[in-house]
Amino acid sequence: MIPRQFEYHAPQSVPEAIALLQKYGDTAKLLAGGHSLIPMMKIRFAEPEHLVDLGKLAELRGIREKGKELRIGAMTTENDLIWSTVVQKKCPLLVEAARLIGDPQVRYKGTIGGDISHGDPGNDHPAIMLALGASFVLQGSNGERVVAADDFFLDLYSTALEPDEVLTEIRIPVPAKGTGWCYAKLKRKTGDFATAATAVLLSMKGDTVKEVSIALTNAGATALKAREAEDSLRGKKLDDAAMAEAARLAMSICDPAEDQRGDVEYKTAMTGEMTQRALRTAHERAK
Amino acid sequence: MANKHTVSFKLNGNDVDVVVEPRELLIHTLRERLAHTGPHIGCETSHCGACTVDLDGMSVKSCTVLTVQCQDAEVLTIEGFEQNGELHALQEGFTQKHGLQCGYCTPGMITRAYRLLQENPKPSEEDIRYWMAGNLCRCTGYQNIVKAVQYAAEQTPKEVS
Amino acid sequence: MAASPDLIERESALQGLGVSRLRKEDARFIRGKGTYIDDITLPGMLFGAMVRSPYAHARIKSINKEKALAMPGVVAVLVADDLRPLGLHWMPTIGGDTQAVLADEKVCFQMQEVAMVIASDRYTAADAADAVEVDYEELPAIVDPHKAMDADAPIIREDIADKDEVSHGPRTHPNHIFTWEAGDKDATDAVFDNAAVTVKEEILNPRVHPCPIETCGCVASFDKVTGQLTVNVTSQVPHLFRTVVAMLSGIPESKIRIISSDIGGGFGNKVPIYPGYVIAIVASIVTGLPIKWIESRIDNISTTGFARDYHGIGELAADKDGRIKALRFFALADHGAFNSHVSATKLPAGLFSICTGSYDIPAAYCRVDAVYTNKAPGGVAYRCSLRVTEAVYLIERMIDVLAQKVGVDKAEIRRRNFIKEDMFPYTTSLGWTVDSGNYDAALDKVLNAVDYEGLLKEQAEKRANGELMGIGFSTFTEIVGAGPTKVCDILGIGLFDSCEIRVNPTGSAIARFGTMSQGQGHATTYAQIIATELGLSSDEIQIEEGDTDKAPYGAGTWGSRSTPVGGAAAALAARKIRAKAQTIAAHLLEVGEADLEWEIDRFKVKGNPAQTKTMKEIAMVAHTGDLPDGMQQGLDASEYYDPPNLTFPFGAYVCVVDIDRFTGETKVRRFYALDDCGTRINPMIIEGQIHGGLTEAFAVAFGQEIPFDENGNHLGNSLMDYFLPTSFETPHWETDETVTPSPHHPIGAKGVAESPHVGGIPCFSNAVVDAFAHLGVTHMDMPHSAYRVWQQCKALGIDKRDGA
Repeated sequence: MIPRQFEYHAPQSVPEAIALLQKYGDTAKLLAGGHSLIPMMKIRFAEPEHLVDLGKLAELRGIREKGKELRIGAMTTENDLIWSTVVQKKCPLLVEAARLIGDPQVRYKGTIGGDISHGDPGNDHPAIMLALGASFVLQGSNGERVVAADDFFLDLYSTALEPDEVLTEIRIPVPAKGTGWCYAKLKRKTGDFATAATAVLLSMKGDTVKEVSIALTNAGATALKAREAEDSLRGKKLDDAAMAEAARLAMSICDPAEDQRGDVEYKTAMTGEMTQRALRTAHERAK
Repeated sequence: MANKHTVSFKLNGNDVDVVVEPRELLIHTLRERLAHTGPHIGCETSHCGACTVDLDGMSVKSCTVLTVQCQDAEVLTIEGFEQNGELHALQEGFTQKHGLQCGYCTPGMITRAYRLLQENPKPSEEDIRYWMAGNLCRCTGYQNIVKAVQYAAEQTPKEVS
Repeated sequence: MAASPDLIERESALQGLGVSRLRKEDARFIRGKGTYIDDITLPGMLFGAMVRSPYAHARIKSINKEKALAMPGVVAVLVADDLRPLGLHWMPTIGGDTQAVLADEKVCFQMQEVAMVIASDRYTAADAADAVEVDYEELPAIVDPHKAMDADAPIIREDIADKDEVSHGPRTHPNHIFTWEAGDKDATDAVFDNAAVTVKEEILNPRVHPCPIETCGCVASFDKVTGQLTVNVTSQVPHLFRTVVAMLSGIPESKIRIISSDIGGGFGNKVPIYPGYVIAIVASIVTGLPIKWIESRIDNISTTGFARDYHGIGELAADKDGRIKALRFFALADHGAFNSHVSATKLPAGLFSICTGSYDIPAAYCRVDAVYTNKAPGGVAYRCSLRVTEAVYLIERMIDVLAQKVGVDKAEIRRRNFIKEDMFPYTTSLGWTVDSGNYDAALDKVLNAVDYEGLLKEQAEKRANGELMGIGFSTFTEIVGAGPTKVCDILGIGLFDSCEIRVNPTGSAIARFGTMSQGQGHATTYAQIIATELGLSSDEIQIEEGDTDKAPYGAGTWGSRSTPVGGAAAALAARKIRAKAQTIAAHLLEVGEADLEWEIDRFKVKGNPAQTKTMKEIAMVAHTGDLPDGMQQGLDASEYYDPPNLTFPFGAYVCVVDIDRFTGETKVRRFYALDDCGTRINPMIIEGQIHGGLTEAFAVAFGQEIPFDENGNHLGNSLMDYFLPTSFETPHWETDETVTPSPHHPIGAKGVAESPHVGGIPCFSNAVVDAFAHLGVTHMDMPHSAYRVWQQCKALGIDKRDGA
């Protein structure tokens, strides 16, 4: 219940935060919403000597449109996303995903940036970002760079973030009008990580698939883009057989960890079922 | 211990100052330094919600917030709901609709329901069940808690200042 | 004859028996002004933090306290060796066993208590606990109770290896605790041998945990000057706690004060006396300072009284029409490393022999074998009144199994076997005399309410369409209100209970009890009983429990015993007062006592109704000189009630489920619960209890378990994994009632709070199994998590969509 002792720093600017990361190296951890990190510190699974709190950096929070992109500050909370009329209108997939994360209190504090940069395959936003083709603005001592979501998630708890870098902004190409969407998440109860979850974006041309994007949560060491499944659907009629085949291809790239949520067989099968559910619902929503 | 911070914030409208280690959790500061034992501790993994307070207009689990993060914050706990001897509509509702039995989850429930109604003044039963899902109860089965929140919603409860 | 407005008004003013009056205790809770254990701070108070074993079975080679003791603010580090000179390193349990207070040379379950750090504040204590260094030599662990009595099984309890019994009869193996049986084995076997139909299933009640939102804890405070020990504690049994502490510590019981103030949920979790309490008491005696110990949630789930872990085999013998002729139930009980749960001396398997249920079964035999394993101690807990949940689960599952075997409808087979209305009081073939019941009326009402025929029709259609829909029943009989002292005791102390009432001159009253509410609303319901008996408003009757200096002796609140035993004591104490009041009234009105009749709140002279004396008026007179010759002043009474029998609430529940065969998810579409608890004291409070009990039953049926790996390591002992449903997961409950009073209870009330848990669990399970019944499935073990239900779908080849 009680964390180990540490030193607390509340930088007033992103450069100041970066300088602190540089100074303290791997004894420092960034504090975003704190609802992944602080629970781990309370049971002493995480014992950073320095916490760098991004909470005072108002410039990291907010949702704006720039051209054909939605630009979301990394410290924007899940609750901000849910109530944002811009996000509801332009990218409802994000709203659906945010609603399935944690519980109401967690969502007031949990941030999209924290969820993405943790590198935890159980977190939901990584698959959403892969499905949306998002990119991330990273700021570090070497300046600013933009990394595509496809290149960001490397391994279990490992992302492209350098030790002295801060994720500052998420850039999402606004899905075209008429795009169907769904994040189908199977979980044991409110607040649980996904047993399996699939994000789908779908645009149709008549009754054939024009474009589709499928990404999987908690089915491997990182979120996974189900490219073969996507390929199998493009230009095809979206019928039961096609959806079953896409699900099978999504299952074929799964490598989930066995735990109390289920064994490998169940979790893999559920990835298949969530893929089917997500495709079905996205299809209903596509115009 | 040299590593201490002075933190000043508002608690139920009153200014408070505390001197704490960075690791001190807000729930412990509230309960032990500031003698506000209304919010309770029910777990250490941020699941139960018994510690819920209203922090800068958000329902937050005070066991997952460091006091040092609360400089200049405005914190509302259950102790702040009754004003000049008048109960808040939620406190009335929980009594009228038998929304509590052992009472342990009740401060967190009421504090959370308060923010829920500020943001969604006319929630459906489904809304209430979804938006209260961060607060666990073992005694009531939630059904009368839903009724208590609905009762309060009908009174169009005021903001607690 | 319709009651006059005046009578209605006077009745209403009482807010007495039967009224859904609002609760008196709410005022402090809605303001956050309850006094729970962690709210208590005393001057000079120190904190205790526990050091716990990472291994399920290991020898302790050494314990190094140096680093911890060197930390500023650390006052002591207690280990078994420090308690040994006081003889307190082991303690007797309420199950008739002994339990290590701090691990003595070996540990027997993961997270067993090894040391307690005492420090100035909880943060320092936490750091110091981490700094205690313990060297272990790991031993092989027994996790599967079926292996506990293997010839080559490691011996868990070396401390009693030479004892051939541990309070409950002969042991056949070092890991054997007891074997208990009831019924006529030979007669039962004979029926089975000749039966037209027999059914048999292995049925598991998994290990689960009550998990109240408040964990266990205490503040122990020993005054070295006066020799007085005061312990504020989360205890459902304050008096028993005091007596055990007196036995353990040698402090006279008259110098021990136990105070349970507000308790944040009990559900049986707060009955045992835990090592943490004892160590805190010792630390306080040694330091002369108050010591607070509060456990964490993980501690709570991992080490305090769990429930169930009964590995059952159920058998029924019947004729081809499904009329049961005999019952044979066996259970292997995993008690963990110590037998620490509530056990009446004669009933180590609790009230398991209620397993004949609501049915007229001519021959029955049951047996329980209890064993030690390398897991936390416990077994009886969780809103189940002493193994009743296990028993009712077995019979309600097995009657469904039988129904499927003989092809009889699951409601109809129950009717065919019910104890009929004219058979009560009915003595079962396992020896319980069920006080009253009307099972047919309850079942009929429920079937009508849910349109059973319509549901069956819908189910047939859905099945033809490849969908899974289940209809589950539970027509249960509970056994609560322990109990008659001839049969029911804890460490020899009978399970009577008590009520002491004092009426003061201005007509209000205070009543104190030996029971202990943890949310059941006693401050309201007891006041209502007394209000109706005495004709005083329940608003003016204060109820107190939990302070052993003030309250009369009782056995606390668990097993739904407060209304049957405490409520009876309340009514009878009140009647003693009313009898004295009648004598005073007769004296004042100058008539004979037989000339008076009681009406709501006053005595009236028969035939001369203008001549009255209210209880309020009499209360004042009782403190004056205007009394009959020889009568003492005062208007008090106490009653120590030894119940003549337990009580037998019952119910009829129906559950409708829809199961997604692709994921295994179950949606509880409808749950209709009819309960009969006899006389209903406060319908609003009863309804709240039903909602709560059903929600806990839902949790047990659909997700709760305490899993271990083969080395005895916990795999899911925090709220991350342990299934506590939120408002979002919890179904909507519909409640209903019939009223069949208990003939032996002074107000005919039976108690109700555990019924929904006991009755709910088999109802959910029966619904899930029924969803697969047409595919030949006869039983599925809990928990019915999506994962486990999906495995059933997969085994049947129905888990894939067409085309997949």
